[in-house]
Amino acid sequence: MAQRTVTVASASGLHARPAKLFVQEAVRLGVPVRIRVGEKSVPANSMLGVLSLGATQGTEVTLESDAPGADAALDALVALLAQDLDAEGALDG
Amino acid sequence: MADPGRPVAPGEGPPSAGRADAGPAGAELAGLGVSQGRAAGPVIRMAPPPVLPGPRQVTDPAAEAAAVVKALESVTADLRQRAATAAQGKGGGDGTASAGADDAAEILDALAMIADDPMLREDAEAAVRDGLDAPHALDAAFTHHRETLAALGGYLAERAADLDDLKHRAVAACLGLPMPGIPAPGHPYVLVAEDLSPADTAGLGTDVVALVTEKGGPTSHTAILARGRGLPAVVACAGITALADGTVISVDGKTGRIGVGLTDEAVAEVRRSDREERERLAHSSGPGRTADGHPVKLLLNIGSAADLRPGAEGVGLFRTEFLFLDRKQEPSFDEQVAAYAEVFARAGTVVVRTLDAGTDKPLPFLGLPPEPNPALGIRGLRVDRVLPAVLDTQLDAIAEAARATGADAWVMAPMVTTPAEAAGFARRARARGLTRVGAMVEVPAAALLADRLLAEVDFLSIGTNDLSQYTFAADRQHPGLADLLDPWQPALLKLIAACADAGRAAGKPVGVCGEAAGDPRLAPVLVGLGVTSLSMAAVCVPAVREELSQHTLEECRKLAALAR
Repeated sequence: MAQRTVTVASASGLHARPAKLFVQEAVRLGVPVRIRVGEKSVPANSMLGVLSLGATQGTEVTLESDAPGADAALDALVALLAQDLDAEGALDG
Repeated sequence: MADPGRPVAPGEGPPSAGRADAGPAGAELAGLGVSQGRAAGPVIRMAPPPVLPGPRQVTDPAAEAAAVVKALESVTADLRQRAATAAQGKGGGDGTASAGADDAAEILDALAMIADDPMLREDAEAAVRDGLDAPHALDAAFTHHRETLAALGGYLAERAADLDDLKHRAVAACLGLPMPGIPAPGHPYVLVAEDLSPADTAGLGTDVVALVTEKGGPTSHTAILARGRGLPAVVACAGITALADGTVISVDGKTGRIGVGLTDEAVAEVRRSDREERERLAHSSGPGRTADGHPVKLLLNIGSAADLRPGAEGVGLFRTEFLFLDRKQEPSFDEQVAAYAEVFARAGTVVVRTLDAGTDKPLPFLGLPPEPNPALGIRGLRVDRVLPAVLDTQLDAIAEAARATGADAWVMAPMVTTPAEAAGFARRARARGLTRVGAMVEVPAAALLADRLLAEVDFLSIGTNDLSQYTFAADRQHPGLADLLDPWQPALLKLIAACADAGRAAGKPVGVCGEAAGDPRLAPVLVGLGVTSLSMAAVCVPAVREELSQHTLEECRKLAALAR
């Protein structure tokens, strides 16, 4: 099983725009990946699952997959989580 | 309310609150105008959410499972289609709407992703295996995820409403009912609804010329989105949903007035005057002045440097907590200096409000325990009672950023309640070399002793949203109390006047920075009461500037005397 651990870099955590970009990328890659915080593990292609992790900036998350192509997919997703995806700032209101 | 031009507040009950098929020419309804501009057209009411029928005996689980998948696919396809339409800019009205259209496409896209979510589909399919029919299985799956998000609190709890909205769409699709949500009749119309969800407002097409809702308040989602898109909007309009589809009405988003049963000529006149008004505002510029040249500073409310726009005379409210939402650790001194300096370098004069957070608006890094009554608990400057180091670091950072950029940095504390609190804050700010120190007035106790606050600080800034909430004992988010939260309430104006009088006597500035400051009809009244600056969202500045330029100071004073 391929596995990577990464700290969420986005200021708003893994919510809103960052969550959307992450799930879109997981869907695009098409490799079954699970994302885990502590004991809770959900499919990376599920927006509701990813939101339910409640990961904020600084939360450590683990990505796991044993599918073919897992290493490349995990690397791509780790790179995404390690960036601040909130470049456009928070909405007021 | 003595202003003769003032619309009837919702609680006061308009005399002719509409009968269903009505539209006697000349009849009027009234609500709160929350997004200026005028429009006219036929009413179309939004389809209500579907009613879930009683459970059915399931004979063919495979067919139910297929119906579940089909319903979710059709909702997803519908949302993607609308996202694509919005992204092409068709979602906006005129040239002002492109940013709104981008937001709309993002919101619709995110909703489509949820409708298409594999966990949601699996849960609904599992519910079918447990014996539920397709509509009830969808209902169960959405409800399960809604509760998961609601339990997480904060931003995610707010998203729970999106799941209700998606559930209604999926159930309607499954039952073969019209998709609830925005109609698309193929001609311009006024959208009327009980209230509007984010998904509803994000899906608005160019054919919507105005929004009117029965519920909702001045700070509701409808109001914020309508202002962003430049769409006239009226909320808290009693009787509007009783009008029949096709009734031709006019909407004045400034006064909150709704004219019912218009002739074609009257419709054309409304549209012409709106076009002229928008053209006039597009050319407005320069500092705030009354017709006779009395200066009134027009300032911006911002959450970060990204909100800065040209055309104002500085920043009247820099909400520093917006920089640090969701932080688990307190932002460091260096990080704060950088964030403040970015704003200081781009705006000459900036009024910085120190962190306005607490148990009502939690910032995770503060780690405050929940309270039974957060609006009356540890919030604003009161956080300093339990965590004094937070304010010390922030004041250090503001002072350093001001030194580094040479900006004219003013600093003020939120939720100041007593002169002693004001004095303590002023002492600590001045010890760091900050020379312009102020207090926000959001609590009636502070307004009543405005003169004694001004003995301690250099200026006051009135936060009308909270001052209304605390004066009228009405939760500012309460959809049923919009009339009490109306900034025209004489008791609120009287407290504002008390602050302005104290400012005049002390020779010190007194500004307003709540939603009321961006209301062009109220602006001359506030100036007449003696307010020296108005701070608002950038989009409100031109209309307020124009309105002030139409009245002399003497006229403003007369309007103020009438309104009190």
